[in-house]
Order: sequence, then structure tokens, then C-alpha cells
Amino acid sequence: MNYYVGKREKILRRLIELGLLASGVLSILITIGVLYVLISKTWLFFEQVSFRAFFLDTVWTPLFSSQRFGIWALVLGSMLVTGVAMLTAGPLGILAAIYMSEFASSKTRKSLKPLLEILAGIPTVVYGYFALTMVTPAMLPLIPGLNSFNALSPGLVMGLMLIPTVSSLCEDALYKTPRELKEAAYSLGARKLSTIFLVTLPYARSTIIAALFLAFGRAIGETMIVAIAAGMKANFTLDIREPIQTMTAYIVQVSMGDTPQDSIEYLTIFTVGAMLFIITFIFHAGSKIILRSKFKAKT
Amino acid sequence: MKTENILEITRTNTNISEEKRAALKEQIFKYLCFFATILPLCLLAWLLADTFIRGFSRLNLDFILGLPSRFAHKAGILPGLVGTLSLMLLTTLIAIPLGICAAVYLEEYAKESWLKKTIELNVSNLAGVPSIIYGLLGLELFVRLLNLGPSLLAGALTMSLLILPVIITSTRESLKTVPNHLREAGFALGASKLSVIRRVVLPLAMSQIITGAILSISRAIGESAPLIVIGAATYLAFVPLGLLGEFSALPLQIFHWVERPQAAFVDNAAAAIIVLLIILAIFNGGAAYLRQYHEKKRGCL
Repeated sequence: MNYYVGKREKILRRLIELGLLASGVLSILITIGVLYVLISKTWLFFEQVSFRAFFLDTVWTPLFSSQRFGIWALVLGSMLVTGVAMLTAGPLGILAAIYMSEFASSKTRKSLKPLLEILAGIPTVVYGYFALTMVTPAMLPLIPGLNSFNALSPGLVMGLMLIPTVSSLCEDALYKTPRELKEAAYSLGARKLSTIFLVTLPYARSTIIAALFLAFGRAIGETMIVAIAAGMKANFTLDIREPIQTMTAYIVQVSMGDTPQDSIEYLTIFTVGAMLFIITFIFHAGSKIILRSKFKAKT
Repeated sequence: MKTENILEITRTNTNISEEKRAALKEQIFKYLCFFATILPLCLLAWLLADTFIRGFSRLNLDFILGLPSRFAHKAGILPGLVGTLSLMLLTTLIAIPLGICAAVYLEEYAKESWLKKTIELNVSNLAGVPSIIYGLLGLELFVRLLNLGPSLLAGALTMSLLILPVIITSTRESLKTVPNHLREAGFALGASKLSVIRRVVLPLAMSQIITGAILSISRAIGESAPLIVIGAATYLAFVPLGLLGEFSALPLQIFHWVERPQAAFVDNAAAAIIVLLIILAIFNGGAAYLRQYHEKKRGCL
């Protein structure tokens, strides 16, 4: 069939190969685009606002007449919600992973896994609706001083959303613990419980940490839940009952309004975006590095 | 003799009780783990059930085919629904061919080189970038630089960038499952690399590729943050037609209604959520069906 390849065919093939290469390179262009947009706008921002006003202040009011740019108010807001989410998703996700890999029959395991995955497939705007219209009202009588916009209920709902992120990676790692290790423990007279805590969990430790890092990165970048249910008030506080604003919610707030292009208010969303990008990148890359070093150690 | 006996008995007794205690501990831990698995599912069931009950009364043809309105009981979701469906279609047309091509390049063509490593690292990092950052990129690149404005096309392009890494990763996984000896059989018959990819590899991996593509598109359907950033309308009183016109999407419409203080609008949000979840369920069900079909086919091979 291919004894003789005509010149046109050769050119065609070369073109197709180049096209494939180009689409591969496109992903690099996306990254360059993201970096260029964030850096160039952040540059413009810092031409007007000093580093001092940005990093050494805790009041964030760029949309008020007395503008102040203390980024820590937003960062703390993000951390607060993320903290609640991690305290929810971490323990529940790990325990669920232990249940599925150690206790459940393979049939139960097979039906539980996709059920848990549903949690990750629900749109975040729907979770925002849950947080604002159902979780907050349900908690108002239970927690004194709870504001109707607060960091607690978006955090809890976000934790619910992140459970499969934690559990599926952990479950894989627990399930793949070599049988010999577990059987060695059993033959020494260990019970299942001590085997789990002394053999299986330590074996999967680095994957569990990687999964938590991954969930953390997602939680920081999560937007709609906090935009809907956390209130839109930048607040330098550790009180989870108070309304707060996260970095992501601030970007939404500015985008919903009319800010003139390249005004200082417009530039802030890119600066906040750059901050967000750096933080999520650290956690995502951290997770990947842990997973890769584990993989290398095993082979 | 007597004391020894007693000692013996107490010893076994403590052994038994220790044994029992350990067993009890194990049981408690097991139920704790079970509880941790079931609790999120029960919570989700409660949240969904409540939403369905709340939204069901608003769900009728007038709601689906109506335009948003200042009056909650007259409002409908048609602009959002049309926006979401056209966004979906355009994103599919843009992102899926590009994603498949990139995956084919990485899996079938690229030799181990710095370029391949860079692209791989880059794709995995892009998957961790929050969706709202893609919105910022779309705002500068498509809305301002290419001067598309907050249009349907700009939204679809932004969404395509967002799901491209997901499609590339899932397509690569599907291409990896095609056994190498089938490729070699093709080469042995004298087929060129391109025809092996076109006639052997892609057909075999296709249903899996489509499954991955459907799942990534369904991610785009639920996404709203990047659309808000590029300036898509959360309230649109007409049906969006045309690539360069204004548009809205179902999640944005939900966002708009959730933000309203009046309870009647929240009912509307619940009803719109039902519609959105039904669309997603159809997509995910389709993907699950395809996966099963694929497994059956593979079984025969």
C-alpha cells in the first residue's frame, strides 16, 4: 500500500504532524498567556501602589473612596474558609477511604465510589445555593452570634464537595498497600485495627498528604460557594461566624460591577489573581512532587 | 493450688476482656468509618431532596421557555438554557479536536525530549489553576485584545482553555490502553504511522476518548466563575443568538436568583438547579453507558 509515497502525500503528512505538534504546544501558550496577563497587570498595579501598602496592611477597601490595599484581609478570608473545608474534608475523606479499602466488600466498594464521586460533579453554584439557603439557616439557631453571611457554612459545604478529592486518591493508595505487609502484621498477631494504623496508613502516608495538598489548592481557588454565601466584606478576622471575603470572591465582586478598564480597581483583580495563582501553584506542585517522589522510591 | 487457680482464672479473664475490648474498639472504628462514608451522601441527599421539593412547583413549560423577569412567578430560564447549550456545543467544537490532537502528539509522536516533558508538566500544572484565573486570561485575551467583547464566542474560547488540560489527560489515558502489538501489526502490514493512528489506534480508543470528553464538557456546563469574570450577563432578557452577541448561562442565572433576597426568586433558583442537574445527569449517564459499552467491546477483543 505504501511502497510509493507521493510528494503531495508527504507534504500532507508533514502538515498533519505539524498541526499535532502545534496543538501540543498550545498548552504551553496558555500558561505563557496566564503568566503574561497576571504579571503585566500586576506590574501596572505596583506602579501606583507601593509594596508596603499591599503587604503591610490588613484593610482591603479598593472600592471605597478611602482606598486601602492590605491583601492579608483577603488571604486570611480565603484561609479561613479553606481551613473549615479541610477540617471537614480531611477527616471524613480519609475515614471514608479506610472504610472503602479495608472494611467494605468489593461490591459495596464498587457502588460507594461512584456515589461519592457525585459530590465532586455538582456545580459549585449549586453548592453556593445549598450553603446560603439551607446550611446557614439550619445552623443559625445552633450557633450564637452566627451572621447570615459567614465563613463557616461555605467552608462546610466546600468540605463536602472536596471529600471525593481526598478519598479517591487515599483509597487507591490504601488499597494498593502490598498484601505481604498486611499479612506479615496479621501473622505477628496484630488485629485489623492496629494493622490499619501501623502498616496501611503509614504506607499510604505520602499519598494522603498529597491528596490533602490537592484539596487545599482546590479550596483556595473555589469561587462560587464563597461568592454566594460568605458575604462580600473583606474582613481581617479569625471569627468564622463573621462575613468575610476571599480572593476569588473579590474578583467576582469587581467583575459584576462596572469598573473602567485599567483603572486601579480593575488592576486589583489581576494582582489578587496573581496572589491566588502563586498560592494554588505551591499547593498543586507540592502535591505532584510528593506523589512523584513516592513513585520513584517504589520503583 | 487454690490461689494458683484463681490467678489462672483472672488471667484468662483479663485476656478475654482485653480481647473483647480490642474487638469492640475495632467495631467502633469500623462504624466510625462507615458513618464518615455515609454522612456526606446523606447530607447530599437531604440538600438535593429539599431543592427538588422547593423547585418542583415552579418547574413547568412556561418556566423553561420563558424569559427572566422582575416578577419571580413570571420568570423563565430560556436565555440561560440556550446560552448553556450553545456554549457547550461551541466548546465541544473548539476544545475536543485540539485536545485529541495534543494527546495524539504526546502519546504517539513525541519522543522523550525536553519539549514533551515541558508540555506534560505544563498540562498537569494547568489542571491545578483555579477556573477564575482562566476568566482573567479570557478577559484580557479574548474580550479586550481580540475585541470580542463579553460574547458567546469569548465565553466558549475561555471554557475551551479551561477544559483543554482535562481532555488532553483523559485522551492520553485512553490512547495508552490500546495495546502496542496492534500498532506493530499495522506497521508490519506496511501502514504509515498516520494510517495506524487513524485506522487502528483512534477507532479502538474512541469510545473511551468520548467518555472523557463528555465528562470534561459536563465540567464546563457547571462552571460559572470564568464567565462572570469575562463579563457574561447574569440577567439577560432576550434569547442570545449569534456568536458575537451577549449571552448568559444557566449557572449564571442561578447565581443571579440566589443573590436576590426575595424567597420567590430562590424558588426559581431551585427550579433552575433541577434543570441544570438533569442536563448534567444526562451527560454523566451517557458517559457511564459508553464506558460500559466500551468494556464489553474490549472484552470481545
